Amino acid sequence: MVEFGGWHMPVQYSGIIDEHHAVRNAVGVFDISHMGQFVVRGPKAKEWLNLLLTNNVERLEVGASQYTFLLNENGGVIDDLIVYRCADEEYLLVVNAAKTEEDFAWMQARLESGAEFENRSTDFAGLAVQGPKSVKLYDTFFGGRHSRPTRNEIKRIECDLTTLLISSTGYTGEDGFELFFPARDAAKVWNVILEKGAEFGIKPCGLGARDTLRLEMCYPLNGSDLSPNHTPLEAGLSIFVDLQKERFVGRDTLVKQRAEGVKRRLVPFRMKDKSPPPRPHYPLFKDDKQIAEIASGTLSPTLNIGIGMAYVPTEFARINEEIDVDIRGRRFPAVIEKKPLHRKS
Amino acid sequence: MNVPDDLQYTETHEWLRMEGETATVGITDHAQAELTDIVYVELPKVGDLVAPRQAVAVVESVKAASDIYSPIGGTIVEVNAALESNPALVNTDPYGEGWLFRLRIEAGEQVELLKEPAQYREQISGSGKYEV
Repeated sequence: MVEFGGWHMPVQYSGIIDEHHAVRNAVGVFDISHMGQFVVRGPKAKEWLNLLLTNNVERLEVGASQYTFLLNENGGVIDDLIVYRCADEEYLLVVNAAKTEEDFAWMQARLESGAEFENRSTDFAGLAVQGPKSVKLYDTFFGGRHSRPTRNEIKRIECDLTTLLISSTGYTGEDGFELFFPARDAAKVWNVILEKGAEFGIKPCGLGARDTLRLEMCYPLNGSDLSPNHTPLEAGLSIFVDLQKERFVGRDTLVKQRAEGVKRRLVPFRMKDKSPPPRPHYPLFKDDKQIAEIASGTLSPTLNIGIGMAYVPTEFARINEEIDVDIRGRRFPAVIEKKPLHRKS
Repeated sequence: MNVPDDLQYTETHEWLRMEGETATVGITDHAQAELTDIVYVELPKVGDLVAPRQAVAVVESVKAASDIYSPIGGTIVEVNAALESNPALVNTDPYGEGWLFRLRIEAGEQVELLKEPAQYREQISGSGKYEV
């Protein structure tokens, strides 16, 4: 168990590699109750959110969700989050645990009239059920009475167990769903998921597997790949930024970067041969010059080789560019690849 | 937690088996369980002269790299080549096939006092637990 964003959480249950393979081949369940939830309501909710977030809330239909960023005045990332439109004038924001208080304070300080804003984090528990067998588990859990939400759809379902907000979202690259429900029902729902998932080989999964799964997909992690000093454009995530919006916090820097080009890019790399796992902050070299340091790195259980991501100067940020990773004083060769590093066959 | 009676231990979770002038060294069951999934092992070179408590090897799991400290001083005479292709042996058989390296004690060299099994068991039972 480790401290994570103010919470006490498991790095693993049965083992990181075991859990990782369970999610890729069967189904795994993650406790995501640590994440923060804000509720925004009111006639001006949409406009207000559009001023603070990069993606276009205007395009969000009721029952749909979008991935988006909360930026500072310099276009750097405060947090990455998902916005769900639960009703015409009601939105749920799910934010990172470590940033919950900071996100809330930032947004609260910029609240406009016509929008109500509440931090409901302690009210919600959350679970992420991920893996190819999650589809069958969904049907078993609901007894076939409810169809699965489509990609990015959020549904509200009342069942005997609890009232759930459920969406087909996830951080692993596999089919799956995330459920949010009252905190008091957390243990009950967790146990039922494990019980109903037993026939599919379900495993509880911790932070370690969560990291290896998302890194194989090149999904960014706030604090490692995203930071107040990097913009979403540098991170290669411009599809979640709508520069057509006339105004939002951080827009000016992004417009400039779009015009001039970014000077560095978050690129994935893979080690060429067997090596010690690449880890955050290890230096990256091109010939004899250090050009970057690793932002995220690990051993990929699926690819069975070291992988990672780093912000590399644009002139080296090319697919098939060869680089070296310095691991405790020794250089190991690596190559820059395309996102994602893992593709479903 | 498995703590064999015929070995000696360090507070940093290494074990040592003396056979005449040669000592075999590995990490304990407690240590491999804390690390889980060992994916890479970096071993010293045969011929290296090491001092007691010197960091001479690295055992890496998915989540962390851990330094391994030689319980005693001497010259490395053998390293476990099987760990190159199968580092998981350290998890599955930490006291047997997962051994890390062997050293030869120099004649006349004072061997540092290590922990007896009972002392190590007490350490890992929770009183005075060290992070691996």
